[in-house]
Amino acid sequence: MDSAILSLLGAFILSILGLFAFIWSLRKGLLVENPAGAGVIFGRGEIGRIDDPALAEGARGELQQAASAAHGAPEGADSAEVHERIEADRSSAFPVFMFVAFACLWLLVGSAAGLVSSIKLHAPDWLVSEPWLTFGRLRAVHTNAVFYGWASNACLAVILWLLPRLLRTRLVGAGWAMLGGTFLNAGVASGLGAIAAGWSDGMEFLEIPWQIDVFIFAGFALVILPALFTLVNRKVEHLYVSVWYCVAALLWIAVLFLVGNLPGVHFGVQQATTNWWFGHNVLGLWFTPVSVGAIYYFLPKVLGRPVVSYNLSLLGFWTLAFFYPQVGGHHLIGGPVPGWLTTLSIVQSVMMVIPVVAFSINQGGTLWGRMHLAVHSPTLRFMMYGGLMYFASSVEGSIEALRSVNQVAHFTHFTVAHAHLGAYAFVSMVLFGAIYFMMPRVLAWEWPYPRLITLHFWLAAIGGLVYVIPLSIGGWLQGLAMLDASRPFIESVTLTLPWLQWRSVGGAMLTLGHLVFVGHFFAMALRFGPERTGAALFWLPRGELSHGK
Amino acid sequence: MENEIKLTAGAVASLGIATAALVVLPYVQVRDIAPPAGLKPYTEQQARGRQLYVSNGCVYCHSQQPRDRNFGPDFERGWGRASVPADYVYDRPHLLGTMRTGPDLFNIGARQPSEDWHLGHLYQPRAYVEESNMPAYPFLFVQKDAAEDGDRVVALPPAYAPPGKVVVATREALDLVRYLQSLVHTYPVVPAADRP
Repeated sequence: MDSAILSLLGAFILSILGLFAFIWSLRKGLLVENPAGAGVIFGRGEIGRIDDPALAEGARGELQQAASAAHGAPEGADSAEVHERIEADRSSAFPVFMFVAFACLWLLVGSAAGLVSSIKLHAPDWLVSEPWLTFGRLRAVHTNAVFYGWASNACLAVILWLLPRLLRTRLVGAGWAMLGGTFLNAGVASGLGAIAAGWSDGMEFLEIPWQIDVFIFAGFALVILPALFTLVNRKVEHLYVSVWYCVAALLWIAVLFLVGNLPGVHFGVQQATTNWWFGHNVLGLWFTPVSVGAIYYFLPKVLGRPVVSYNLSLLGFWTLAFFYPQVGGHHLIGGPVPGWLTTLSIVQSVMMVIPVVAFSINQGGTLWGRMHLAVHSPTLRFMMYGGLMYFASSVEGSIEALRSVNQVAHFTHFTVAHAHLGAYAFVSMVLFGAIYFMMPRVLAWEWPYPRLITLHFWLAAIGGLVYVIPLSIGGWLQGLAMLDASRPFIESVTLTLPWLQWRSVGGAMLTLGHLVFVGHFFAMALRFGPERTGAALFWLPRGELSHGK
Repeated sequence: MENEIKLTAGAVASLGIATAALVVLPYVQVRDIAPPAGLKPYTEQQARGRQLYVSNGCVYCHSQQPRDRNFGPDFERGWGRASVPADYVYDRPHLLGTMRTGPDLFNIGARQPSEDWHLGHLYQPRAYVEESNMPAYPFLFVQKDAAEDGDRVVALPPAYAPPGKVVVATREALDLVRYLQSLVHTYPVVPAADRP
């Protein structure tokens, strides 16, 4: 049977199945909107109440006024439910603090390694005398530090903080989660040391030697168990969509990490497909779902308004769960891998438009008429920026997977720019926003210098664009030059140099932003700075007035 | 949505489908591929050199997968014929790469067989390719006042040789060069039949 008949048959079967799914969803009433589900993150009478712990008391009042002026004042929350939330927050405070603190630490390590690597690409004779400072090692230190150190720790913090809140119960087994954090971070530290010393498994995003991966896997497993026990012991009937994203992401990263790192199984071309199945899924099935889940919680929470279409968010979840895991093969288009595999990945890459559009419609609809509140709320700014960049990076990714576009963009810095659009401008920005929201609740202390949050936002937002836009242009020109047989290869190198310098400028801005952020975080943790009252003081439980409302 | 069993089962099933497609099926498909007659396993020295290629992250700038002629001018650039799965049977870890900040190296041993060229180029790439942005690897070499017995002295263009010293290659440098020289995939292969 030739491939044309096969694909026609495949399309026919798929459409029949789709039709049945549609009929089934009509019968089950899945197409009727479900505002109760969307409102589950609010206590009774709480809708309309803004919430942004990153704000000082006065600014919070302004935000509430602006929101009430547009949409009417809230009724006032049920104090029993607010109290439940305080209990939930208290149970997760220690592990969350631990994961955020480690995330901050690795963020600095990762930024330094990334910035030095970036400069090395246009200053190749800089810092060449030590093996651990060579580009090929520092680059891997950067990617692993930001992936497993920064983003993974921050994702775990978000998950552990959100689950008890959303399930209205205490975190079960916080101690186990902290033990997991110890394993994970010991693994990251020794993994980075191993890479710098030249001990590497040699595959992108899987460099950490498998002997050390054992610890990292144990770390993930020890966080999954408390999360699942908390899920089983929940006090709510309805699982909010963020719970879906967080729990699924935890399971996914464990399976991915285990299969990707199995020693002695993978080899040759098959290892390459596994490598990119893993490499893309770390972003698609770990960072993305946690970040999307975070937006689905924090955005409505700050606005005091449930998401407009709860069904769309579930459609987004299941389409992401089905399409995203299969896209990794687009990293091997034109390579020596079976043709059906890259074709499958291209198709699923394009299908990713569905969850992304579902998410963006929802985000836009929820924000509709309340966009101006971003003036007041830093969390909201980070979340809006991140959500917008999710749309941008995913659509770019879908287009980039098309054969004709990939032909140019493959093997160039364009891919690196795209990775930063996703992992930084989307994921990291959302994680920053989440941390700004969570920490006052976790530490029962306000952010000491609110202006630093604004400074960090602008450094990250502008620095990210200064990084991504020039590098994308440079990468594209590089790809065009490489495809032109009449131009010598070295031309594709020299023409990128000015763009690489811009990348270093952008990277320096991001690093500066991280110094501001991490410095601010430790100032807060060490109780520096002006002391204000009225924060999320949950070690003085009578401070309910300001907590969680 | 109230059921955590549906959630976990659905999540694991969706990843399972993808794992079958991207991990298991390729495994089944290439498991029994025989190495081409022209491809030799790595010698011990080449394998040591390959390990250096891995630990110093050469793969982040150099691919090892020339593409088909209808997909890019790789062949015209002298990088060789399009590679096939059988070319990689001895490769653990794979080093296909996803970046071409520098050229593809799948046939660098055929393009640049000279040991002198490789050693000098590793010591200072700009001595040979003026506009290159490849890092220099001085830590793979030692500088001495005079060569001793058995030393492999690197022949450098005079402008790049340290004044009054000789540059001697370490064993690592020689291993790495041996690996690079082994990258010759010019033997004929039967093209994979079902590639669209």
